[in-house]
Amino acid sequence: MIPLEHWIIVSSCLFAIGVAGVILRRNALVVYMSLEMILNASNLALVAASRYNGNLDGQVFAFFTIAVAAAEVAVGLAIIVALFRLKQTVQVSDVTTLKL
Amino acid sequence: MENSLFYFFSVAMLSCALLTITCKNPVSSVIFLVLAFFSMAGLFVLLNAFFLAAVQVLVYAGAIMVLFLFVIMLLNLPAEEKRHRGWFGGAASIFVMVALMLELSFVAHHEKLASSPASPGIDGTTEDVGMVLFSRYMLPFEVASLLLLAAMIGVIILSRKEKK
Repeated sequence: MIPLEHWIIVSSCLFAIGVAGVILRRNALVVYMSLEMILNASNLALVAASRYNGNLDGQVFAFFTIAVAAAEVAVGLAIIVALFRLKQTVQVSDVTTLKL
Repeated sequence: MENSLFYFFSVAMLSCALLTITCKNPVSSVIFLVLAFFSMAGLFVLLNAFFLAAVQVLVYAGAIMVLFLFVIMLLNLPAEEKRHRGWFGGAASIFVMVALMLELSFVAHHEKLASSPASPGIDGTTEDVGMVLFSRYMLPFEVASLLLLAAMIGVIILSRKEKK
């Protein structure tokens, strides 16, 4: 059998890749995809913990995470579209109004 | 069999995730992310979370990623001009990634975690998840519907054309 440790390590690797994507990429859409990856990594850890502890609470929590992620994506993409209308760009390095 | 499937899906998911953040073209990023989410659904099946695997494919790979594709199509992005990125951003992201991986794996290694699934095992079938969702988690379930409604209204207001 696969120990729980391996599931947690796979989930942490996915989390780290998502964080690296948020830092590395300048395209706001790809930054959003990396955020989705981070949320999914937490889902994997929750479901694995639920299986190895023998209750369903982790799975229900992962279900709520998916609902929140869906809402977040809808609002975030609307903000990106509004940003594109205003500035004609989705590169986060071009949106520097608040930079000193 | 289970072990080899676990390693296959894990390696597929992590390599697709890496390709997602390294591809220049956002459309190929979306395609690789869909593949990563499919592998994640496979991992959910290995964990007996059948309902969540179906939701993962329907909601994530189906709805959310199609939304991304629609936005990319809608914005009709001009070709990304070559710009000098500098080595600092890449080096910093690789450093953070490796540090996070090592740190989290170290913690997982040193905690006393279960080595085999609980027995009798639980099945995340639609029936079982539904029973829990509509009894113990009734209130959070209803609140989630309010959250989705609020998100929907927010999106409509955000994407409305400004009246002059």
